[in-house]
Amino acid sequence: MVMPSFRFAKTSFPSAAAELREQVRQFVTEQEACGSFVCGPGSWTRFDADMSAKIGAQGWIGMTWPKRYGGHERSALERYVVTEELLAAGVPLRAHYSADRQIGPLILQFGNEEQRRRLLPLIAAGKCACAIGLSEPDSGSDLAAMRTRATRVDGGWRVEGRKMWIGHAHKAQILNLFLRTSSTEESRHSGISRFLIDMSWPGITVRPIINLHGDHDYNEVVFDDLFVPDNMVVGEIGQAWSQLGSDLAYERSAPDRWLGAFETLKCMIDELARRPGPRQEEACGRLVAHLWTFREMSLSIAGMLERGQLPNVEAAVVKDLGTAFDQEIPNVARSLFSESMRADLDDDNLFEAVLDYDLLYAPSLSIKGGTREMLRNAIARGLGLR
Amino acid sequence: MSEMRELLVDTATRQFADLCTNAAFDVAETGSLDLRLWQALEDTGLAAATQSEARGGAGADLGDALAVVREAGSAGLPAPLAETLIAELMLASASLPPLAGPLSVGPVLGRSELELKRANNAWQLHGTMKRIPWGRHAHAVVALAEYDGKNATVVVQHPAVSRQSANYAREPRDTMHFDGLLIPDGDVSVPGSGMSVDQLQVTGALFRSVAMAGALFRTLQTTVEYAMQRQQFGRPIGKFQAIQQQVAILASQVAAANAAADAAVEAATHDLAAATFEIAAAKTRVGEAAGIAAAIAHQVHGAMGFSYEYSLQRSTRRLWSWRDEFGSEAEWAAWIGKTVARVGGRGLWAFVTSPVKNVSSAKT
Ligand SMILES: Cc1cc2nc3c(=O)[nH]c(=O)nc-3n(C[C@H](O)[C@H](O)[C@H](O)COP(=O)(O)OP(=O)(O)OC[C@H]3O[C@@H](n4cnc5c(N)ncnc54)[C@H](O)[C@@H]3O)c2cc1C
Repeated sequence: MVMPSFRFAKTSFPSAAAELREQVRQFVTEQEACGSFVCGPGSWTRFDADMSAKIGAQGWIGMTWPKRYGGHERSALERYVVTEELLAAGVPLRAHYSADRQIGPLILQFGNEEQRRRLLPLIAAGKCACAIGLSEPDSGSDLAAMRTRATRVDGGWRVEGRKMWIGHAHKAQILNLFLRTSSTEESRHSGISRFLIDMSWPGITVRPIINLHGDHDYNEVVFDDLFVPDNMVVGEIGQAWSQLGSDLAYERSAPDRWLGAFETLKCMIDELARRPGPRQEEACGRLVAHLWTFREMSLSIAGMLERGQLPNVEAAVVKDLGTAFDQEIPNVARSLFSESMRADLDDDNLFEAVLDYDLLYAPSLSIKGGTREMLRNAIARGLGLR
Repeated sequence: MSEMRELLVDTATRQFADLCTNAAFDVAETGSLDLRLWQALEDTGLAAATQSEARGGAGADLGDALAVVREAGSAGLPAPLAETLIAELMLASASLPPLAGPLSVGPVLGRSELELKRANNAWQLHGTMKRIPWGRHAHAVVALAEYDGKNATVVVQHPAVSRQSANYAREPRDTMHFDGLLIPDGDVSVPGSGMSVDQLQVTGALFRSVAMAGALFRTLQTTVEYAMQRQQFGRPIGKFQAIQQQVAILASQVAAANAAADAAVEAATHDLAAATFEIAAAKTRVGEAAGIAAAIAHQVHGAMGFSYEYSLQRSTRRLWSWRDEFGSEAEWAAWIGKTVARVGGRGLWAFVTSPVKNVSSAKT
């Protein structure tokens, strides 16, 4: 029996990567020096429209897209270099991250010419934040159970329904919305379509949902007689289910999946340097070995994307292991760098603040973007067990 | 994959499948080495895969040789192939001539165990080396000994074993005691040349990591096949979600371990002496995966996996053994911890993206 998909082919950087990496590091140093961001809790997950515009101006959004759509025609591996550098540096990326990672590539793949010409240059400039509307009150892991629906009207569609847990819907310009455009009679997977919604249109109500960290991050989004013109339908009506596979590969494969608690890890190693201890050494060393391995795996996935493959199962592997890693870091930190030790740190030391963030956000990591169990189902399917 | 590597892997896969019969494992289980099996490895040249062209080899690079070691790990090949390949690396770096196998190496515990003395115009070897792999079967053991504060490489021909023992897979791990054993001048390198004990430990960790990557892959294959074929409650157990979720974890661990091992191989093939971090990280990651994977594989197999008859234990007992050899994951993780403490949190990312540059600068 052969299971080639479980061998992550060793991938190396192209020669241009080193220079690009230096450019990104230079940019980060300058931005930090002029105070346009500070390292800290939330790290790259913070939403900062100005920073995204600056990154867009550098040519670091939509890097792999055609130039005629505002892209830069760089390779997936070059894009990988920029992504990992910005993530690891803790630069706020949320205002363009899902547009760059997911929505842009999907518009490129499934959208029509007008959508590409209008939206992709805006996204690439870092001036168009996108939210993703999949989940509903009664449809989480079971996406096909979605009930938000559209009915045909002259020149477009009328939408009624409710989406839940929509990250940054209150700040986004565009919502990438999945909904039903026909009944579920033939098959649960047919009749699902993808619309692009301009969040300024009438008929949309966004209600905050506060999370356990006390932040307003995700939202409930209600559609009441929302009109969507035909030109905002992406791909064929009723055929969006098959597009979802690409969504997930893009969403799950990036290095953000194992750089979610990097700030805490950095603080642990600073403390280790100040006060070496054998248990701390071993624990930190082990986490660094994992980090290095994840990087090799994500790099390999970037190589697969570069070769035009859609590494769904590999992406699920990295996301499952990576989120578990990000959940483990704060847990190891709190146990081995004890409360008494943390209590005595200088007031401006970041350890407590980043630990607070990474520990409290940890439970969400193996839920959003597909739960741990759903990922493992997908891996088992890849092994031929389902 | 280069043509050379493809050819070697192909030869290895076929030859190991032929050689690794039930009968061969039964023989190995008693602590014996099947000399015809060894001869077959010499005949195909696999046993000389680390020999450079200048030293009479076929011109495979370290990565090619390690691709063979991975296949040997997957098959559970009961022979000192890895040790013989490492011995040649030691001989080459000490400018000593190649030797016919089977060979072994030492010390393997990451510490200095031997001392050379010069008396009456002759070399004398003193000390005790423990856990020498396949020691009793080695035509020679290539050993590192201290002389005058320097390190020398010593060839001990037909070494006597003072105590036999074995690892969990019943591979021989023997003690050798030397009390002034006379060593011919030609079998001792110039003191100060050749590998150090630390370098041997790193090299051994690399070889064991790669062998484990192979054994892990085999463990996954065996487990998936079994889950599809074993029926309970009227269907294959692989149809139960509880089993699927466990096998998914197993597969992820195997994938991570292989990615780590492959990356270490690449770094080592480029420059073995500069690949300590990559090898340390691989041994740490693969060793951890070995424990998780073996436990899941056994759980999925039920009683069958616990039997000697069934092949799973050939992989899992080797995984349990090899993860301890040339440094456990705890030991290597501690080394990494000490190393990254020198660069601090701010330097961590630069370190991870370019460990070579940073390990050397951290040391100075
Ligand atoms: C921080 C955060 C941000 C989010 N952002 C967005 C967003 O921007 N857009 C969006 O659309 N959604 C978003 N979500 C929602 C997210 O996609 C869903 O939470 C997720 O898909 C799981 O759905 P659920 O929460 O309804 O859990 P459920 O599907 O109800 O699952 C509950 C539990 O049951 C398990 N389970 C369910 N089905 C199975 C099965 N078949 N086999 C085994 N176990 C199963 C799950 O694994 C889980 O453990 C976000 C969620 C979070 C926490």
